[in-house]
Amino acid sequence: MSVLPRTITTAIAKEPYNPPRARFWFFEYIPAERQLLHSFLTNKLVLVALAMLIGLVFIAIFAPWIAPVDPLEQILRARLKPPIWDERGASPFYLGTDRLGRDVLSNIIFGLRISLLVGFFSVGISMIIGVILGLIAGYARGFWESFIMRAVDVQLSLPLIMVALCFMVIFGQGLWKMIIVLAITGWAEYARTVRGTVLSIREKEYVEAAHALGFGPWTIMVKYMLINAITPVLVLSAVQIPRVIMLEATLSFLGLGVPVNTPSIGLAIARGYQVLFSGSWWASIFPGLALMLLVACINIIADWLRDALEPRSREQV
Amino acid sequence: MGLYLFRRLYQAIIVFLVVSGIVFSILHISGDPLALLMPPDAPPSDVEEMRKTLGLDKPLIIQYALFLKNAAQGNLGVSYHHGQPALKLVLERLPASLELVVTTIIISLILALPIGVLAASRRGSMIDRVSLLGSLIGISAPPFWIGIAFIFIFSVELQWLPSSGRGTWAHLVLPATSLALYRLALFIRLIRAGMLDVMTMDFIRTARSKGVSEKKVIYKHALKNTLIPFVTIAGMQMGSLLAGAIVTEKVFAWPGMGRLFLEAIGVMDFPVIIAWALVTATIFLTLNFIVDIIYVYLDPRIRHEK
Repeated sequence: MSVLPRTITTAIAKEPYNPPRARFWFFEYIPAERQLLHSFLTNKLVLVALAMLIGLVFIAIFAPWIAPVDPLEQILRARLKPPIWDERGASPFYLGTDRLGRDVLSNIIFGLRISLLVGFFSVGISMIIGVILGLIAGYARGFWESFIMRAVDVQLSLPLIMVALCFMVIFGQGLWKMIIVLAITGWAEYARTVRGTVLSIREKEYVEAAHALGFGPWTIMVKYMLINAITPVLVLSAVQIPRVIMLEATLSFLGLGVPVNTPSIGLAIARGYQVLFSGSWWASIFPGLALMLLVACINIIADWLRDALEPRSREQV
Repeated sequence: MGLYLFRRLYQAIIVFLVVSGIVFSILHISGDPLALLMPPDAPPSDVEEMRKTLGLDKPLIIQYALFLKNAAQGNLGVSYHHGQPALKLVLERLPASLELVVTTIIISLILALPIGVLAASRRGSMIDRVSLLGSLIGISAPPFWIGIAFIFIFSVELQWLPSSGRGTWAHLVLPATSLALYRLALFIRLIRAGMLDVMTMDFIRTARSKGVSEKKVIYKHALKNTLIPFVTIAGMQMGSLLAGAIVTEKVFAWPGMGRLFLEAIGVMDFPVIIAWALVTATIFLTLNFIVDIIYVYLDPRIRHEK
């Protein structure tokens, strides 16, 4: 667009061309740093979301120093204390305590740790599996392509939560077990996305030139295919992390996620739910609010990343 | 068209076989089923005899074939806990789950269509911004937590609606709306994005230049084309809701399949767990197949494919 005279550019800008949004990203990698920075600085909502996310990550990392009380300590004399602004509230329990006298705020702070840990690790693992399989499927073609893509179809044609539930029943509770299970349920979309990118560029002249120069398949896969797939993989990860965080909370709420003695937000909501009918709302409402805040921040950033990085929809911003 | 549907059906069968394989392995990975079936002090000769009668002494692959054969005849074993056929127990709970899921889908569709269309046709307006922010909150809030918040507000504090059980329509309001919020937000975002895409197509420009009124452009030309891909997503959401409703069924003590499944996990009642997974997968795959058929009829490009 920049090669056009200014008058034509502004004429086009009046009626922006909005091509249909592609489901896959069949397009080459376009360095987008400038547009990225620009749209970032002009979007206040994204700035606020990023600042809050950084704050939440900071709180999660330094949880042991920030949390006022040990999250698992059961202070029996302080059971079901309401939040501090209530006249029955007591000092170190800013957001109240649950039925066993565990501090709600400390549980949230340590729970953020679990949520972020599960979110980043399981998305990271499914990214590695999916990217490698997607590269192989797109580059090798033939038997391996159809085998991998059939597996992708099988994975994507079942409800995520059902697959996760069945695996958790088989393997039992556990933090790392859950990270692995959620990673297994998430690889397929990466494989599909990466394969789409690889297919779109494998016939390009510069790839052929690389072949002619005698580069091996792994060099070509990493130097040409993988570089082109970075953008869509980044966008997909931003969408997957909040999904996985929600799934973790759901599984833990059902008692099929992390073990009971882990300070997880899903478990905290489940414990709070048991005392809801006696009017102790704080033990379930506050953990949920914190989870919602975390997921909303990541969702805002993911939306913005997709609009800014996905070449086909950039004009829509 | 026939080929397309055949391919989809073939794929659905493969998925079903994979699911049944995973589910079958639940029985075996989680330990010797006989340890659960027999009392711990049973003499070894009795255990061996039981193993023979149940076919558990045969190789795994033959056991799997037997399992498939029995499953095809609707026999998924007897519940350890209830002493009744597992499939019958699950199917008895199916209507309650379907009631919840169908109501949820209807609520979210009825609200999402006008909001999504309005937001897209008045881009940047107040309606657009409010719906965008609202749908962002909607997809960020865990449905089970929304259910808990609803119970606290409408059942505990205001005492307007019952918080648990099934029976009258009043029982349905809270579970269905709390489950619907997420789908509603998702549908609004999808319809809005789809409308914005379609509105840039050439045929919309043609319609406008012909002098077709803006209302007709939006509702007749744009909306119709937006809804074609949307049918697929709505259909798949309905299937995944059936599994996702488990949490809501737990929160509201709704007597559906999901609660039966959770109870079964609590007492390690494997036949019921297996029956639940197979019934859910079957319904999900059937729904997907129906959606494929509808899609073929809606999209002439697939219909005329040879």
